[in-house]
Amino acid sequence: MFNEKDSAKPGLSRRTILKGSAGVAALATLGAPAIVRAQSDMIRVGHLTPRTGFLGPLGEYGVMGVTLATEEINAAGGVLGRKIELLAEDSVNPSTASTKADRMIGRDNVIAILGEISSASGLAISQVAGREKVPFIQTGCNSDELRGKSCNRYMFHIEGANTMYINAVGDSLKRENLVEGKTWFGLTADYAYGHDLLEVCRNYARKNGADLGQNELVPTDSTDFSPFILKIRRARPDVVVSNLAGNQITNFIKQYKEYGLEYPLAGGGFDTAAAWGAGPAAFAGIWPAIWHHSLDTPSAKAFTEAFTKRWGKPPENQAWGDYLGMKILAQAIAETGSTDAEGIVGHLESGAKFDVLKGREGYFRSWDHQLMNEMYSIRPKPADKQADQWDMLLLGDPVPGPGEDLETIATTRADSACNLG
Amino acid sequence: MEELPFILEQVLNGVVVSAYYLLIALGLSLIFSLGGIVNLAHGAFYALGAYFAVEIERYLGFGGALVLSPILVAVVGIALERTMFRRFYRSDPILGLLLTFGLAMVIEQAIRIVWGAAPLPFRIPSYIQGQLFVGDMIFPYYRLAMLAVAALAVTGTWLLLNKTSFGRVVKAGVQNPDMVAVLGISLAPIMTAVVALGIGLAGLAGVLLAPISGVHPAMGAEIITAAFVVVVIGGLGSFWGVVVAALLVGVVRGLAIHFVPAAAEASIYLLMLLVLLLRPRGLFGERIMRFE
Repeated sequence: MFNEKDSAKPGLSRRTILKGSAGVAALATLGAPAIVRAQSDMIRVGHLTPRTGFLGPLGEYGVMGVTLATEEINAAGGVLGRKIELLAEDSVNPSTASTKADRMIGRDNVIAILGEISSASGLAISQVAGREKVPFIQTGCNSDELRGKSCNRYMFHIEGANTMYINAVGDSLKRENLVEGKTWFGLTADYAYGHDLLEVCRNYARKNGADLGQNELVPTDSTDFSPFILKIRRARPDVVVSNLAGNQITNFIKQYKEYGLEYPLAGGGFDTAAAWGAGPAAFAGIWPAIWHHSLDTPSAKAFTEAFTKRWGKPPENQAWGDYLGMKILAQAIAETGSTDAEGIVGHLESGAKFDVLKGREGYFRSWDHQLMNEMYSIRPKPADKQADQWDMLLLGDPVPGPGEDLETIATTRADSACNLG
Repeated sequence: MEELPFILEQVLNGVVVSAYYLLIALGLSLIFSLGGIVNLAHGAFYALGAYFAVEIERYLGFGGALVLSPILVAVVGIALERTMFRRFYRSDPILGLLLTFGLAMVIEQAIRIVWGAAPLPFRIPSYIQGQLFVGDMIFPYYRLAMLAVAALAVTGTWLLLNKTSFGRVVKAGVQNPDMVAVLGISLAPIMTAVVALGIGLAGLAGVLLAPISGVHPAMGAEIITAAFVVVVIGGLGSFWGVVVAALLVGVVRGLAIHFVPAAAEASIYLLMLLVLLLRPRGLFGERIMRFE
């Protein structure tokens, strides 16, 4: 009879637990609202990047980079005598990113949007930017498709394209005799970026005589890679090629080490944070890199110093992208003398040179808006040469080499579906 | 025919992996069965266990972290049970859901503030690295040790629930809290202990997983859905249900990766669907009147 009394209480059904998981998904898309102060003498710039989820750790570095750049610009008097006001938010996922981009442009009147890491969200933001005719400088989306089929007059790419990453790492693999006639085993992140990278990787393998016969799609929410590692062990490939992303890379490297397999690792996408997260004991393989804090050029050293002073740790490559995005935007505004979107787009398209904190200056290609700049390869640094916990990676020579055209590692115009003129 | 040993390898590997589903789901199931709280913060406690372990390991080594970190997490659990959870045991379950969802976000953000968003390195202790080879099969020593610790924890929990008077009160409380109250037994301290135990188990899972997965703020969110799936498949109020469900989930996922890799994560939801269609209460779910 007590039971009857109980059943009159608000229904606690087994389904509550199911509703619970659905509730998480629903609530997670809400995110935090922007705090906007109305100050017309400010130049407002929007920043969207994932700060939660499997790309969250990288996004956090992006926010540190863009914040530092804004602070530096404002401390030096701003641009055109006006301070920059940064509106930074978590982009969460493609639909939320697109809603937030819409709101930043429509309600907050930002003059440009910076950031993003997920290629899927980047595409969503670029569609809003294209429709509203506001520049979007993306700093972390690698997918070739964004520069090809889905290219957009208002979107510019500081992040390297998958083709550039694959060509950079491919050069290193060739030197180690790991390409021609070798079998590759691919592990690919099962979303836009991973699929794009796999396609690029397949093309490279085909052209250069490697056999990428086996590939596994890995769901982005996988944390345990052991069944995949057992498959690799059984396949006995010459090289294991990772097309994974974000935290996946850390988890995979750690578990690959745990199983003690000897097949060399290489990857088409890489972020320093993934290597730091795996730690010097587990990190292995040959990877491409777009930037690393050990780069020995005056502007790179100045950035590393300022970043380390501000945030207490050296900049990760994602911090470089977002820092650079703000600096390039500010420079374009200063050089055109206006915050007008058409002016900024025209200036970036004009082939104007920018200090990209590397050995030589970079520029955007006019017809697909990809930043042309040097890439690198990276591998573990011998333990006895490591100065501190951040110093575990050995940076290779720039690709393309000195004297070579920067475009040699990028998609050719003939191979690209983009034609912005 | 040569497929067979490999499939066997995946099945055994799935059994090892299931240890990690089990530790998290067991606590979740305990707290839900007795308190009626769907603890969405369970994953956050798991993350907290890993972060505490990173700190403790610096001074006391991995062994010290393995013992101390779950206790610290349990202490946090006790504090939260005393101040928040207990207000929601008998109220609309939606309120408890919102409370723990908020708590999960607060804990995750606190982790971000204290330790930063980037993943922290944490390695397998050197004395347990290496692999065991059985025929052509391979098992890392660390995972075997993890399985052993999980088995110990599960055995301990089972003994506590089935061989002690404490356990008898808990079981009676699950079925009929009012009757327990009428008998003059206060469920409040029992609940505190159960919540501490459940959350401590999540913390233990965090320590055990830290060396083989990334230690980062969102690690709890990654694991929580799988834990819910295990609880739902196993059925409410059933200890063995959770154990069997964890094994099933581990094995099914391993096999899915062999046959249809892209559907590896989806396979466990399909399994859940199938079980719920055939047995709406889960595999071993008991008929708990107050939840009907």
